[in-house]
Amino acid sequence: MSIEQWIEANTHHHSEYWDLKKMVRAKEEQNLRISLCIPTLNEERTIGKEVVIFKSELMDRYPLLDEIAVIDSGSTDKTLQVAQQFGADTYLSADILPEQGFKRGKGENLWKAIYQLTGDVIVYVDADIANIHPRFVYGLVAPLIDSPQIKYVKAFYDRPLAFSSGVRPSGGGRVTEILTRPLFSLFFPELTAIIQPLSGEYAVRREVLQEIAFPIGYGVETTHLIDVYSKYGLDAFAQTDLDQRVHRNQPTIDLGRMAFGILQAFFNRATKLGKIQGVQDIHRVLRQFQADSDHYRQVEHPIVEEERPPMQTIDAYREKFGLDG
Amino acid sequence: MPPGPVQADSQREPAIERLLGRLPEFRDAAAQIKEMLLANLVMIGEIPSPTFDEQRRLRFLQDRFAECGLVNCSTDELNNALGIMPGAEEERHILVVAHGDTAFARTEDHTISVNEDHAIGPAVADNALGLAAVATLPTLLDRLGIALRSNLVLMGSSRSLGRGDLEGLRFFLENSPLKIDYGVCVEGAQLGRLSYNAIGMLRGEIIVEVPEEYDISRFGASHVIRILNRIISRIEQIPLPAEPKTTILIGSINSGSTYNIIPNRAEMRFEVRSESADMVRRLHDHIQQIVDEMVVTTRANVVFHVVTQREPGGIAFAHPLVQITRRVMDNLNIEPQVSPSLSELVAFIRNQIPAVTLGISNGRNLGKTNEAIMIEPMYTGLTQLLAVLIAIDEGLCDVD
Repeated sequence: MSIEQWIEANTHHHSEYWDLKKMVRAKEEQNLRISLCIPTLNEERTIGKEVVIFKSELMDRYPLLDEIAVIDSGSTDKTLQVAQQFGADTYLSADILPEQGFKRGKGENLWKAIYQLTGDVIVYVDADIANIHPRFVYGLVAPLIDSPQIKYVKAFYDRPLAFSSGVRPSGGGRVTEILTRPLFSLFFPELTAIIQPLSGEYAVRREVLQEIAFPIGYGVETTHLIDVYSKYGLDAFAQTDLDQRVHRNQPTIDLGRMAFGILQAFFNRATKLGKIQGVQDIHRVLRQFQADSDHYRQVEHPIVEEERPPMQTIDAYREKFGLDG
Repeated sequence: MPPGPVQADSQREPAIERLLGRLPEFRDAAAQIKEMLLANLVMIGEIPSPTFDEQRRLRFLQDRFAECGLVNCSTDELNNALGIMPGAEEERHILVVAHGDTAFARTEDHTISVNEDHAIGPAVADNALGLAAVATLPTLLDRLGIALRSNLVLMGSSRSLGRGDLEGLRFFLENSPLKIDYGVCVEGAQLGRLSYNAIGMLRGEIIVEVPEEYDISRFGASHVIRILNRIISRIEQIPLPAEPKTTILIGSINSGSTYNIIPNRAEMRFEVRSESADMVRRLHDHIQQIVDEMVVTTRANVVFHVVTQREPGGIAFAHPLVQITRRVMDNLNIEPQVSPSLSELVAFIRNQIPAVTLGISNGRNLGKTNEAIMIEPMYTGLTQLLAVLIAIDEGLCDVD
C-alpha cells in the first residue's frame, strides 16, 4: 500500500463517529474494556474540565470508557484533588510498581498506566487541552473498535481539505516539521504519513503497549511509532482528525530541549535497527545561551532519555495480567 | 387552566410538607449528577451565542433534549430550542425556559475552565448555567424516578437580551399551539433570586449626528459631545417621584476616536424604570421634548429610539407559586432576593401566565470575560428548581 493509499484508507475525521450509541454497542459486543489515562504534572487549571467532560459524556451518558485515571508525576498544585473530586481515579506514578523506582517524565506515567489500568485499549490524552471535547477520546477509539487489524490510532489537528487556494500545507507543530518529519523522511519514509507524530493523544491496544519500550521523556511518541511500525507495518496505524486543539504554546527555547530528547531516542532506535552507525558516543547535555546584559551565558541542560523496558518483561505485570498462564 | 390533583387546603399542606421532606433526597441526586451538569455547562457555554446568532448553541441544546428521550425536539423559526417530556395526564403544560443568548461577541474566547469550587468563563452564569440546568433536568427527574403528571416543556429561548427584546419567548407564547399554564425562568445567577412581577421599563438610545459641513461657529451650534452632554444634564434634572419608585439610569455613552479630531456622532443608552406604566410614558414624552428642543436649537440631527419597553405586572406576593417557592428556599437555607424582573418573566406576564424566575448558583464578575459561578450551590439551585416544578405539577401552586 502506498502512502497515498494508506492516507486514503486509514485517515479519519471525528465526525464519522457521531453515533456514540452504535459505538458503545459495538464495544460491548466485542467485550472490549477501554481505559483513559491522563498524565499530569501541575494541571489544576485544565484537569477539572477534562475529567468532567469525559466522565459525563463517555461514562455516564454513553458508557464507552470503563475507567478514567489520572497518573501524576508529583504535582504541587491541586491537580489530583480536582481530578478526584470530579470522579477520576487518581494515582501517583511513584506509587505504581514502587519496586521499579520512580523517574520523572511523561513517558514514565504512560508506561506505569499499562500496569495500573485494566483496559484492553488505553487512550492517552494530555491534560492541557483547553477546548476539550468527547471527540478527543471517541475519535481515537473508534477505528480500533471498527477494525481489528488497527492497533494504534494517532490524533492530528488539521484538516487538509479545501483551502482558498485549493490545497494548503498540512502538518504538525514546529518540532514535527523541523525535526521529526525530516528524520522520518530520511530513515522511515512511510511514517511521514502520520500527520502529527508527536501529538499526545492516541489509543493503543494493550497487546501492543505491553511489548514496546517507553522512553520516559520527550521521545516516547517517536519511538512508539518506530517500534510499532517495525513490528506491524504502517497498516497497524490509523489517524483521526480531531479538528482544533487549543493548548499552551511552548517557547522555542523549550522546544529545543524537546527536540534534544527526541533526537536521542531516535538515534537509539535507528542504531538498533541498523539504520545508522557510530552515534553511541554522544553528549547528553543540551547547551543553550542566555543574554545577560552585554555578555552571553551558556546554560547546560543534562537531558538523558532513559527507557523503561517493555511492560511484559516486568514480573509483577506478568502476574497481574496472567501472561504466564 | 386544568385543575391540579391537590385542591383543598386540607390536602395541600400535607402535600407541601411531603415535598419539602424530599428536598435532601433531591439535593443528593443533584450532587450525584454534578459531572453531567458541569459538562452541559461547559459544552453549552463554549459555543458562542450572541443575540440573533444563537443557532449553534440552541441546536446543541436541542440535541441534548433528544439524547434525554424528550419528544418533539425541534427548533422553531426563531431558533428557540424545544423538547417535551410528556406527562402522565398531559392536561397542563409547564414551560421551563432559559435564555440562550449572551452579550459576548462570537470572536470572544469562550473557553471555560472548571476549578475546584467554581467554573469561569464568559457568560458562564448568564446564562450557560441556566441552559445547563434545563438540559440536566430530565436526567435528574429520571434518577429520582419522578414522572410528572403535566407535560414539561423545556426551552432555550433566542433573542432575549438587548435588542432581542425577548422576541424568542414572545414568539413561542404567541404562536405555539401548546397552552402554557405555568412558567419557570431559569437564570444562572444568583441563587435566591425570586422574581414574580415586572416593573415598567423603557430602554432608549439618543443619537446626535452632524454632517461634515456642520458650521460649529454658528450661534447655538455645538459639537456632538457637548450636545449630548446638554441632553444628559436635562435628563438628570427631571424630577422623579419617590412613589411610585422611578429611576433613570444612563448606562452608556459613546463618541469620538482620538484626542484631536472633532467627532460628528455621539450616542447614549439609558433605561427608565418605574412601578407605574403611566410614569414611564410621561418620562418618555419628557425626554422626547428635550430631544426635539435640541434639534431646533442646534440644528444637529438628534434622534430618540425606544429599543425596549415593558409594562408592569405579574402575580401577587400572596400567590401560592410565590409562597411555595419561598418555603422551598427557606427549607434549603436560601435567602430569597425578591426583585422585579425585566427578562423572560415579562413575556409570561404579558400572556397572563403565572411564572417565577429562579437563580441556580452564586456568581461573580457578572458580564465580564472572567465571569465565575460557584459549583457547590448549583445542587441546591437545581433542587429548588425541581421542587417548584413538582409543586406546580401537583397543583400546589393553583389559586383556589
